[in-house]
Amino acid sequence: MNHQHNTLPAKTPANHGMRTMSKPVILISTVLLLLGMGTLPAWSAEDTPMEEMNMEGMDHSTMSDMDHNETSKKGNSNAATMDHGDMTSSMQGGSAPADARDPHAYSGGYSIESGKYALPGKRILVLGDEHNFGSLVMDRFESVRTSDNTSATYDLQAWFGRDYDRLVLKSEGDVDNGTLEEASTEVLWNHAIAAFWDSQFGLRFDTNNEGPERNWLALGVQGLAPYWFELDITAYLGEESRSALSIEAEYEILFTQKLVLQPRLEANFSGKKDLQLGTGAGLTDTAFGIRLRYEIRREFAPYVGIEWASLYGDTADMARATGLESNETRVLAGLRFWF
Amino acid sequence: MKRFSPNTPAIPDPSRRRFMQGLAAGGVMLGMSPLLSKSGWAGEKNSATHTGMAPVLSGTEFDLTIAETMVNYTGSPRMATTINGSIPAPILRWREGDTITIRVHNKLSTSTSIHWHGIILPYQMDGVPGVSFKGIPAGETFTYRFTVNQAGTYWYHSHTAFQEQTGMYGAIIIEPREGEHIRADRDLVVQLSDWTDEDPMDVFAKLKKQSDYYNFNQPTAMDFFHDVSTLGLGAALSKRKMWNQMRMSPVDLADISAYTYTYLMNGTSPRGNWTGLFKPGERVRLRFISSGTQSFFDVRIPGLKMTVVHVDGQDVEPVTVDEFRCGPGETYDVLVSPKDDAYTIFAQALGRTGYARGTLAVREGLTAPVPQMDKPQWLTMTDMMGDMGGSDMAGMKGMDHSGHDMAGMNMDMNHKPNLVHARHARTEYGPSVDMRVDTPRTNLDDPGIGLRNNGRRVLTYADIVTVGRKQEDTREPGREIELHLTGNMERYTWSLDGLEFGKSTPVHFPEGERLRVILHNDTMMTHPMHLHGMWSDLEDPNGDFLARRHTIAVQPAQRISFRVTADAPGRWAWHCHLLYHMDAGMFREVIVA
Repeated sequence: MNHQHNTLPAKTPANHGMRTMSKPVILISTVLLLLGMGTLPAWSAEDTPMEEMNMEGMDHSTMSDMDHNETSKKGNSNAATMDHGDMTSSMQGGSAPADARDPHAYSGGYSIESGKYALPGKRILVLGDEHNFGSLVMDRFESVRTSDNTSATYDLQAWFGRDYDRLVLKSEGDVDNGTLEEASTEVLWNHAIAAFWDSQFGLRFDTNNEGPERNWLALGVQGLAPYWFELDITAYLGEESRSALSIEAEYEILFTQKLVLQPRLEANFSGKKDLQLGTGAGLTDTAFGIRLRYEIRREFAPYVGIEWASLYGDTADMARATGLESNETRVLAGLRFWF
Repeated sequence: MKRFSPNTPAIPDPSRRRFMQGLAAGGVMLGMSPLLSKSGWAGEKNSATHTGMAPVLSGTEFDLTIAETMVNYTGSPRMATTINGSIPAPILRWREGDTITIRVHNKLSTSTSIHWHGIILPYQMDGVPGVSFKGIPAGETFTYRFTVNQAGTYWYHSHTAFQEQTGMYGAIIIEPREGEHIRADRDLVVQLSDWTDEDPMDVFAKLKKQSDYYNFNQPTAMDFFHDVSTLGLGAALSKRKMWNQMRMSPVDLADISAYTYTYLMNGTSPRGNWTGLFKPGERVRLRFISSGTQSFFDVRIPGLKMTVVHVDGQDVEPVTVDEFRCGPGETYDVLVSPKDDAYTIFAQALGRTGYARGTLAVREGLTAPVPQMDKPQWLTMTDMMGDMGGSDMAGMKGMDHSGHDMAGMNMDMNHKPNLVHARHARTEYGPSVDMRVDTPRTNLDDPGIGLRNNGRRVLTYADIVTVGRKQEDTREPGREIELHLTGNMERYTWSLDGLEFGKSTPVHFPEGERLRVILHNDTMMTHPMHLHGMWSDLEDPNGDFLARRHTIAVQPAQRISFRVTADAPGRWAWHCHLLYHMDAGMFREVIVA
């Protein structure tokens, strides 16, 4: 499995026509909605790492639904029974017990920079943990074909920084007929809060060829849930008390070491109606896609795929009122690459 | 002394052996354009690397020159960082009791260093930039001078950046003052290592971006369907359940694979087939030095029993085996008595993606069959959970758990050794640690993943016993120091007690004390832990002295202990000898004061 954290938060709902509809999408997005609702309150300030157990408990019920997992019915860690599966809860995450060892207990008051035998001057020995790394992942760079149109979509995430604190840039957009129809760019401070989870805080800037610009405060979590689901859940607060929530989930199924099937789901919610952008309140849109990629190298993988996208509620009504469909099927061909 | 002379005929003839079929056997690219040289070392015309059996330097005065030279292991010439222009570096022959002077001339455009692995010396001579000295700046010479108070097989390597990966390693042979007492007719160094054509910093960055980048042995949907059809759906699911639940990979055997690595034996690729010569009837001492930067090797010589007589520079009670595992930093001397004309020395990497290979033969040009590599195996519950895994003691977990929930309840450390309960550092509950082992295993008689029940007699740590089980310092340890080996594979961060070097404080060994160190592995990889400057006197699970070591490989979910006599004032390095783990921060400074 490739564990690149490359999922991106969804953009404002697409305003162009949609044709078909996939029922399971609603079911799955409802499940994810519950997951998202449960998770966000569990998020706490950056200096108080979230107890991963909270997430595991919730993920667990969710994932066993999605995954038809056989036996495990762990509600939360306190209800642990005695099989191996339950041991894992004390092996990961959690908070330190009161009697946990002090990792500096053996220092005798010395530091790596000063004290007897220390070398004079600036510290020379600086290892990878104090080194900046950076990466750019173009997760989706694809041609999108619907029954009556062909456009292009890009979706990238870049980061620069250290192991647990880094700057993250997320950007995605749609290009139609050589015009950037809509784009969303986020600049986020990314801070690791648990072994598999990062918190993200920053700004999002949306542009739309047919509507007004929107700016948001973004607050989210991104990481790897049990059973290797990559999740990215972000809440947004905008001007005029607008709010939104986006959820993205990805999974990877290896057919071979290089041929990878990636189901991907995104769902967007809006706190209030936005007439200018044609979005209603509540669940506005979902997209469920399956992409099959071949990793010529880890960094370079062409793919083909199919995606079902739907609009819901007032969002769907407003689309239909302008003569557009609320469902569409997209055929995709693209390239995933990173460096 | 004369026993070393047979080395010379073992040096293969380069003109005959290299570039057969146009393939790079680990040799010289003659006539390489000097423009390819990144170094400013314009003074040297011929910048080709000598590979194969290293030249031998002996005496008390040595001059070692560090420079960039060209080498070609894969068909693409690359710049290596070499010592006196060879991979491996020259074999240094010292005599116990001698005072040695080594002038190291740095002809690189960057800083360098040499660390004498396993040698007990003053800390200023230990060669770790930032700990023992400031390093050897570009263009400068540093003179190491120390008295050799030990004998046996050791090695030396750069302790700067990734220079060890790019070719800076060589053997040290120290003759005992009273003369060699391990009787052998022939004495050959077999140094194992790994080579990549990539810039090691790129390798490291790739691991940071995608930690399983080099792992092409991952479970697939096809494996799952195969398991469903052979084991049934329930078994196929439960085989995967814990791994998937915990987001841990059962196939995370090695971070770096043959995808980028060429595994070398005496600086020679498998195709190059390094050949060590013997005469029929001779007893041959093979000094295996495990210098892989990120590779464990499982060594065997099909058709020959190997008698292990000397480990980490210490004579050990002889034990005869078919196979042994050696981790980065360790050395193993074995005696063999070959009768046939040719035998393959086979050293498969732990990840089972490739191997180093050479031949023991009566003359050059002979080969013996090269075995198939073993199939890679999944890590087991034992590797993940220690004593609990796969045992019938799962019920204990319930108790553990309530213990955890009741804050303030102290872990009882007086359990029998095989029921040790861990006491984790508070810094192990954050993003730097993906897993903790609460019930580690303490037994040493496990050869480790991939070698269990393979039908061969495989050496384990329980078999390695210092001759007479005699320890030099018989005092009981007066203090315990516990460190946990930790990491987060997903983030590719490696640490001790959840703290990488930059966030750590030194470990203080009060000078003159005898103390016990406990290493507890909370990860699913084996970490060869190397303490500089002082011996690590490994204890058995009952706390009795077993063997004097300089590098101790701690297996997944294992807890080991060793004794140290803090008799070496100064600052010392202590780290995982997997180079990329060390460079990720799995490193502590030790202060003896």
